[in-house]
Amino acid sequence: MPFQIIVCGGLAPDPLQTLEPVFDPARPSLRNELMLPAVFDPWAAHALYEAGHLAKQHPGSTVRVVSLAPKAKLQQVMMTVAQKLPFELTALDGPGGGFVDAAATAAALAGAIAALPDLDYSRLLLFGGWESATRGAGVVMQRVAERLGIREQFLAVDELSVEADGSLLIKERIEGGLHQISRCASPPAMLAWATGSLPEPPNHPQTGMANMRVIMPALQKAAAANIEPAAEYASTALPSAIRHTRIVKDVPAAEIAREIAGWIRE
Amino acid sequence: MNPEAAPPAPPAPLDADIVCTGFGPAVAGFLLTLTRGLQQPEMAAVESRAIAGLPPQVVCYERADDISFGVSGVVTRARAIRASLPDLDPSAIPLAARVREEKLLYLLDPLGATRRPAWMRLADQVCRALSGVLGVEHEALALPWIPPFLHKGDGFIFSLGQFNQWVGQQVMMSGLAQVWPAAPVAAPLIEDERVAGVRLAADGSEVRAALTVVGDGPVGAVGRQLDEHFGMPAGHRRDEWAVGMKMVIDLPESCALEEGTVWHTIGYPEPEIFGFLYVHPGRIASAGIFVPSWMDSPVRTSYRYLQHFIQHPCLWRHLEGGRLRSWGAKSLLESGRRGEPCLAGDGYARIGECSGSTNVLTGSGVDEAWLTGTLLAESVLELLRKGEPFTRQNLERTYVARRRASWLEHESRVAEKARNGFQWGLLPGFLGMALAGLTGGRIAWPRRSGERRPKRLADYYAGRLSRAEIERAKARAEAEARPLHDLLMDLCGWPPVQYDGQLLVSHQDALLMGGKVQAPAEFPDHVIFRSPQLCRDCEAHLCVEICSGEAIRVSQEYPAGPPAFDREKCVHCGACLWNCPVSNIEFCAAPGGLHSAEN
Repeated sequence: MPFQIIVCGGLAPDPLQTLEPVFDPARPSLRNELMLPAVFDPWAAHALYEAGHLAKQHPGSTVRVVSLAPKAKLQQVMMTVAQKLPFELTALDGPGGGFVDAAATAAALAGAIAALPDLDYSRLLLFGGWESATRGAGVVMQRVAERLGIREQFLAVDELSVEADGSLLIKERIEGGLHQISRCASPPAMLAWATGSLPEPPNHPQTGMANMRVIMPALQKAAAANIEPAAEYASTALPSAIRHTRIVKDVPAAEIAREIAGWIRE
Repeated sequence: MNPEAAPPAPPAPLDADIVCTGFGPAVAGFLLTLTRGLQQPEMAAVESRAIAGLPPQVVCYERADDISFGVSGVVTRARAIRASLPDLDPSAIPLAARVREEKLLYLLDPLGATRRPAWMRLADQVCRALSGVLGVEHEALALPWIPPFLHKGDGFIFSLGQFNQWVGQQVMMSGLAQVWPAAPVAAPLIEDERVAGVRLAADGSEVRAALTVVGDGPVGAVGRQLDEHFGMPAGHRRDEWAVGMKMVIDLPESCALEEGTVWHTIGYPEPEIFGFLYVHPGRIASAGIFVPSWMDSPVRTSYRYLQHFIQHPCLWRHLEGGRLRSWGAKSLLESGRRGEPCLAGDGYARIGECSGSTNVLTGSGVDEAWLTGTLLAESVLELLRKGEPFTRQNLERTYVARRRASWLEHESRVAEKARNGFQWGLLPGFLGMALAGLTGGRIAWPRRSGERRPKRLADYYAGRLSRAEIERAKARAEAEARPLHDLLMDLCGWPPVQYDGQLLVSHQDALLMGGKVQAPAEFPDHVIFRSPQLCRDCEAHLCVEICSGEAIRVSQEYPAGPPAFDREKCVHCGACLWNCPVSNIEFCAAPGGLHSAEN
């Protein structure tokens, strides 16, 4: 059965960059946010790789990324992501980052998906990350699904397989470090992915070039998303300590290991 | 409907009109000028020859994982950049500032560990004896006069990473060029003495184009292969290099340095090593050094010298308490016009540092590289408008002619022989630069025949270390599988670096905290030692000593044999390539490397 897979995914600053919050009660941001190298949100990226894998296994399936992000930045990130696997794009030009209201984001994404002319609920699998790397609210995908009337919702998904009868076997993480496997009779379903099980696909320049023929027009048509600030923020800060380096000499590895283990226990 | 799935092997060729290799300042200038030109009414009728009905298809492949990675910070007069961007507002680009104060500092040796010639030791003594009169403070003398050719007083301090990011956005938003990061180019496609495009490293795809724009920097794979195939013009050679290594530092609250401050330094940590300090907006500074190929140490290195440089009293009083924000290194081609290759041929043109555009007298390269890109773009627009092909003749008549008529050509001729003196020694080097600079290149120090090469260990350390000390250090370095320079510097009196975990950190921490070095899994090693025997015969593995990321290291299994290479630490500076005394290193195109956008 060919699936219509829609992957919701935004951008996140390259986690290796130096991030400095700039405070504004209505809309905090990061210093030089538009100049920071960005990546496709890592959680959504897992969902995208799984989508590509599933589409390959089920000929005729399509993958469409729906993304809310600053258009210029999205275009730049697409130059890397588009080399990974074939997909189409629906772009919404709007603010990205961790200070955008989750409900407003979900409304914009759901609106864009609902407006797709070829939307077919009987084949629809709605994918995304179980949270975003910029905020971790963990509610956007559920809200999108609710708005689209998709009742089968799975969170923190690590594995999806399609049975011979067309039903879906879905492995989710649940509390206590356990996995739960559910059977879903058929689409539509929403799967908010944890890490999945696939590595990042290598770059294929040919795939990138082919993708760009549909992605560039989509970027040029990107509609402005009206995302109003919905919350007032009290303050912003980075974690206070991210690295402790202590230089020791002539200390056996076992002793270093003991010290680290002791520190973790504390 | 989605496009077709992943390509079969061998992949079908891709067609474009113009393919560029590398996204540095030269290609950035090229693409910005080209895409702006293509939007002019007179270009509306120009169609792609690769895909009918569309505008010319322009693609650029950049090796690094982002267009802002793997490039450097600069102070530049930005004449060409400002000509392209007359309304350029530095406040729109993070870390950019106008130069406000510029100093040339002679740094005395506060440790007595440097390998100073007698005249320089005497200079130190005079400076100390007359410190009150000369104004020597914190072991540094601010020279009362900066030669005009060194002045950057009307220019900008940039983070080239941030600048590239800014230009890249302008280019891509035009919709007329695609810039592909993480896409290294393995080789040019040469057919019947014509360049017909490039082959990508990722999957071997061929990208066929009427024009290949080669701007892949001083150690780029495409430029080097073109030089090997077509040869260099008579009398031209690429034999002068340097490693530039720098830190971007969050300045401590106590620091009084003002935004726009530029210091050029000479004299420390070794007489041959020049340094710099630039102060960006937001209490951020760049500090770095250049280790040149004419420094004849067989164990020359960068990172430890950089640590000693920032601890010089003149700098340390401002930097102490600061935090490492970013770190990186790159090779600089310092042969200048003598290193200029064939600038154009059938189907290709060379721009930027790989085209010998760096001015070795003024120490300026970014603006010159940018200019070469804009000149080529103007020429390409002219040829496209007239419907003329990208032949050698047409490119020489347009691009090369424009270049020869530009200030770049005039100034690079002045600079052409400016560094000859350094092949003889430090003092002749300074005198030669002054002579060339002050006489407009009319008088220059004569060039020595043959390249100045690293000495043997015993010769280099003669009078400072005995043969027995050197041999013991070598044996210990092999036994402990570590670089030799650390042990020899210790023996020469360099104190150990006391790490503070913030700014003074181990080399490995600099990779993690500053360079954030990455390597994708699917590529093979890009540094290859061709002949194990040549490595075994090598007295001192200079590739190990100079390696900017400690990616090349003494093999634990075979300490006397070929070094080991760890691609996950490589910053792609290419220093190993030109430091190997027997040219035994293959340096291939690969993605990854630095992930800092601030260098």
